[in-house]
Amino acid sequence: MPAFHRPRSVPEALAVLEGAPGLRIVAGGTDVYPMLGASAARTPLLDLTGIDALRGVTLTGAGLRIGALASWTDVQRTDLPPAYVALQQAGREVGSPQIQNAGTVAGNICNASPAADGTVALMALDATVEVAGPGGTRRMLLAEFVTGVRRVALRPGEFVVAVHVPPVAGRSAFLKLGARRYLVISIAMVAARVECAADGSIVRAAVAVGACSPVAQRLPALEARLAGLTRAELASALRPEDFAPLAPISDVRADDAYRRAAVPVLVRRCLERCLED
Amino acid sequence: MRDAAPLKARQNEGMTLSLTLNGARRRAQVAPQARLSAVLRADFDCEGVKIGCDAGDCGACTVLLDGAPVCACLMPAAQAEGRQIETVEGLAKAPGIPGRLQRAFLRHGAAQCGICTPGMLVSAEALLRSNPHPTEAEVEEAISGVLCRCTGYSKIVQAILDCEADAPSAAQGAVGARIERLDGLPKVLGTDAFGADSWPTETLLVRAIRSPFHHARFTLRNLDLYRAAHPELRAILTAADIPGRNLHGVIPPLADQPVFAEGVARFKGEAVAAVVGPREVVEALDLAGFPVEWQELDAALTIEAALNADAPQVHEGRPGNVLVKGLVCRGDAGSALKGAAAVVEGQFSSGFVEHAYIEPEAGFARRVGDRLEVFACTQAPHMDRDDLALIMGLPVDSIRILPSAVGGGFGSKLDLSVQPYIALAAWVTGAPCGMVYTRTESIQSSTKRHPSQITARIGADAEGKLVGMDFLGHFNTGAYASWGPTVANRVPVHASGPYSVPHYNARSVAVHSHCAPSGAFRGFGVPQSSVVQESLFDELADAVGMDRLEFRILNALGVGQPTVTGQVFAQGVGIRACLEALREDWVARRAACAAFNAEQARIGGPLRRGVGVAGMWYGCGNTSLPNPSTIRVGLKADGSLVLHQGAVDIGQGSNTVITQICAEALGLPVSAFTLVGADTDLTPDAGKTSASRQTFVSGAASLRAGAALRGQILRRLNAGERARLTLEGSVIAAGDARLDLATLSEEANALGYVLMAEETYDPPTSPLDENGQGEPYAAYGWGAHLAEVEVDTELGLIRTRDLVCAHDVGRAINPTLLEGQIEGGSAQGLGFALMEEFIPGRTENLHDYLIPTAGDVPRVRSILIEDPDAHGPFGAKGIGEQVLIPTAPAILNAVRDATGARLRHLPATPDKVLRALNDVKS
Repeated sequence: MPAFHRPRSVPEALAVLEGAPGLRIVAGGTDVYPMLGASAARTPLLDLTGIDALRGVTLTGAGLRIGALASWTDVQRTDLPPAYVALQQAGREVGSPQIQNAGTVAGNICNASPAADGTVALMALDATVEVAGPGGTRRMLLAEFVTGVRRVALRPGEFVVAVHVPPVAGRSAFLKLGARRYLVISIAMVAARVECAADGSIVRAAVAVGACSPVAQRLPALEARLAGLTRAELASALRPEDFAPLAPISDVRADDAYRRAAVPVLVRRCLERCLED
Repeated sequence: MRDAAPLKARQNEGMTLSLTLNGARRRAQVAPQARLSAVLRADFDCEGVKIGCDAGDCGACTVLLDGAPVCACLMPAAQAEGRQIETVEGLAKAPGIPGRLQRAFLRHGAAQCGICTPGMLVSAEALLRSNPHPTEAEVEEAISGVLCRCTGYSKIVQAILDCEADAPSAAQGAVGARIERLDGLPKVLGTDAFGADSWPTETLLVRAIRSPFHHARFTLRNLDLYRAAHPELRAILTAADIPGRNLHGVIPPLADQPVFAEGVARFKGEAVAAVVGPREVVEALDLAGFPVEWQELDAALTIEAALNADAPQVHEGRPGNVLVKGLVCRGDAGSALKGAAAVVEGQFSSGFVEHAYIEPEAGFARRVGDRLEVFACTQAPHMDRDDLALIMGLPVDSIRILPSAVGGGFGSKLDLSVQPYIALAAWVTGAPCGMVYTRTESIQSSTKRHPSQITARIGADAEGKLVGMDFLGHFNTGAYASWGPTVANRVPVHASGPYSVPHYNARSVAVHSHCAPSGAFRGFGVPQSSVVQESLFDELADAVGMDRLEFRILNALGVGQPTVTGQVFAQGVGIRACLEALREDWVARRAACAAFNAEQARIGGPLRRGVGVAGMWYGCGNTSLPNPSTIRVGLKADGSLVLHQGAVDIGQGSNTVITQICAEALGLPVSAFTLVGADTDLTPDAGKTSASRQTFVSGAASLRAGAALRGQILRRLNAGERARLTLEGSVIAAGDARLDLATLSEEANALGYVLMAEETYDPPTSPLDENGQGEPYAAYGWGAHLAEVEVDTELGLIRTRDLVCAHDVGRAINPTLLEGQIEGGSAQGLGFALMEEFIPGRTENLHDYLIPTAGDVPRVRSILIEDPDAHGPFGAKGIGEQVLIPTAPAILNAVRDATGARLRHLPATPDKVLRALNDVKS
């Protein structure tokens, strides 16, 4: 029988990893077990779910802390300000209620799928990732943490302990595009956050797009141009070059041309949703 | 900090898992990393937890963890330590007594095959605890994580909404009554035994080694060495171990599929060997280490590639990769089209479609003396028996097939799957041996709906009457024959649709490729040809300036008009009535859509709505081939009334319908019957569950058996034909005339019956001549669907808002079951139209291969039309396949109505839809 560790504390988990850095880390299991398939019976695992310190979603003046074991349902059940709504909307689109009850926000990031719904929402909210390791804990921007398809910036012996979202203002929204209503991997998805002036014009905007490049991306050129615009001016503000950083591929879900055509529509609708009365 | 070493030592012997299961404290020794689903089934006797994918894609294994639904297949068992787990077994009021929600599922017909039912029930239970009065949308979201392939979800949603009302028990009665399905209780209790359930303890596990390439030469290396390295294995099986012939096939003269490939693998996922051993040993085995050496070869995966002059040949002796061709020719289509006032034409294509039943293939076999008993999911027990006898080199009566409860079939479980492997393993080892396909194995190796490439031209005169049609369809039949010839024969017979086409030429070609075999899937190629014909009909109606529905009504086949095979029916042609039943909706909905679209255009909105219709016909039973079913019914001296019902119920309801028919014919209530079967030792051959034949053919046999037994009873009682029978205890009576069956105990036959009838029915057909002329079926089922869709024109998204489905069923034996067929079949039609495509090597799971969820299916209104057929029992016709055929073309026509976009390549995924929308603009 392969090794199976279920430590009760972060230091205990770090010690286990020090002795066996190749251990597969599991929490909600919603990505790990599908990937393991029949090899689940022979893969050594480090199960983090016994560590109570990693639980919970807490909102303070310093922002939102999402413990590594917090599930999408935990996020759903937390009363959050409008700026964080994109995260809750993304959570409702992750798999199914069953997946949302077990799957963790941190795991969604660590799985590093280009189509991770959570990553897109968190990116639009300037999230950071807190990592524990042999040398202590460190924090990095989410955009730096996810480095490629199925690749994250974890060093040997490290694991994620929390995701943090800074205190942000304004309103946010998330839109997912899939070939069926539920239980679907995204063809593309967009998260946006907008802060407005008293006259309704945009002061600051953040726009992130997923499933259209190896890692979800922000669209800085577009974000810069949105400042000062009103809702009525949105549609004409989007330009093809705004989406140049994207590199969509063709896969079983859709071809690249479709993704290129759909993203501006999703971005416009997502921004409009942020600006809805 | 704990020392890591003792942790590991403890884990090597597993862990003691303590949990609260359905309210009781339980513990067992388990492997901590094992999937909770597997542990609940194996170590806690909760086989109501079903396993459909091991990936969180289907939700069949849903359990409540501290009240919240989770997929047990995604959870290491260790995480359940100290938690509350609830499964379907916990929902019963008392052992064997269904709870409120389970009652509602029975009442509404919400369980068909029953494999998704446990997951549905516990998901609904979680919802109702937190929200006792949910809205329809909330119910839909709550069950969105559980896939159902049978019901189309409507009846499940209705049952959950209606579980408050502890309504009176079901309707009583026989033909025409909405009685609850007779085999429903174990399905809602979670106790029905599917292929993976109720295995004897110590059953050995069989796993196959499969080709990783579409086409490859292979060599098995030193198996003795491998065996020596794995002493716990009980057997390694290859082609060399097969005592009989290493071939099987549903059409015996064309049997060409090896149990184990020999030297060459012809599709990705083809089995080349198998290992057999104790479950934990075989599960832990990494099959990548099995000694087989592969040499990948060029593969032809598509019709074009396989027809190419230098294409690799799939089989010697089938030159050009052509398996078979079909033809129906009547009149002179070429000349007729030349003279037509309007002609439309088009090229269409569709991809492989996977059956995606939620139960992967499973079963176990055991050797009983010199016989083999095979308990597995199947649609064709007698065919399985005959083919297994050849494979095993045993007499036919040495094989006993005991069909398990079947968790969906839809055509694919007509072909052998696990049966030869478990039979051989049990024969060789002497121990019971079982096998459960993983979802990936199931998708890789089971049969599929044929991909199609079809060209057609259809013409009409100035008055809108059809004058001629020319049709050529190529079908990708995969690596082995399976039901390819049936598709090639069915399609030319049906490609005209249910219309009068005087001049007709339809050709079909079944083309081999290095793909999984294409076989039977609800409609045998007719759904593909129907898309072509019904799409072109809309264009033709437009070309002659006619309303699209009235065009169909004008051309609808009638009594006395020849079909394209020259068959003339004197009765039972219900297509006109089906089309006319849609007229009111057609007119009203088109007006409403026009108003909606005008408003969208005014505000610059992206949404457009439209309405489409499509007609359908489908021959019941085998095409021009003998097709008998036999049903036996008997009375015992103690008064038990036993129906030997061998028509396998795969969820469609044959157990119930065949009994209702027998009850009506006999004149005793359904509740008096005890059912036996299906079981090849105990039930006469009722044929395969296929070709929409069980109600029509086996039902007709059941009617005859019931009537014959009634005749015997009436003679004994000296009662008149119209006498009302009663059966109380062992006394059968008609008014004052009484007969105590116990007095006949001396006369009991070998089967224990004092009175018994066994009757066979074979529908009359005639062979098709070289031009495909003849009488292929005794009866057709008829229908027409109307779809209303909404298209998001910026994103190419199609939402099917409503379906109205009119079907001429001849006589509605059980309206609830018929609605279940319509709702479920149309959901599959919707999937075929919009999202489903198996791409060999790419969509081998249920998150890349998409089937509709509860959020994708429309509201369905069923209209049952009863134009009785002279052959069918009480006039009934088949329904199983009919329901799927017109859905896709109705949806596609609605999209064209909404937007002008012509969708000719299925599935119409958002990218294709957006391209078609752009084509309209440009």
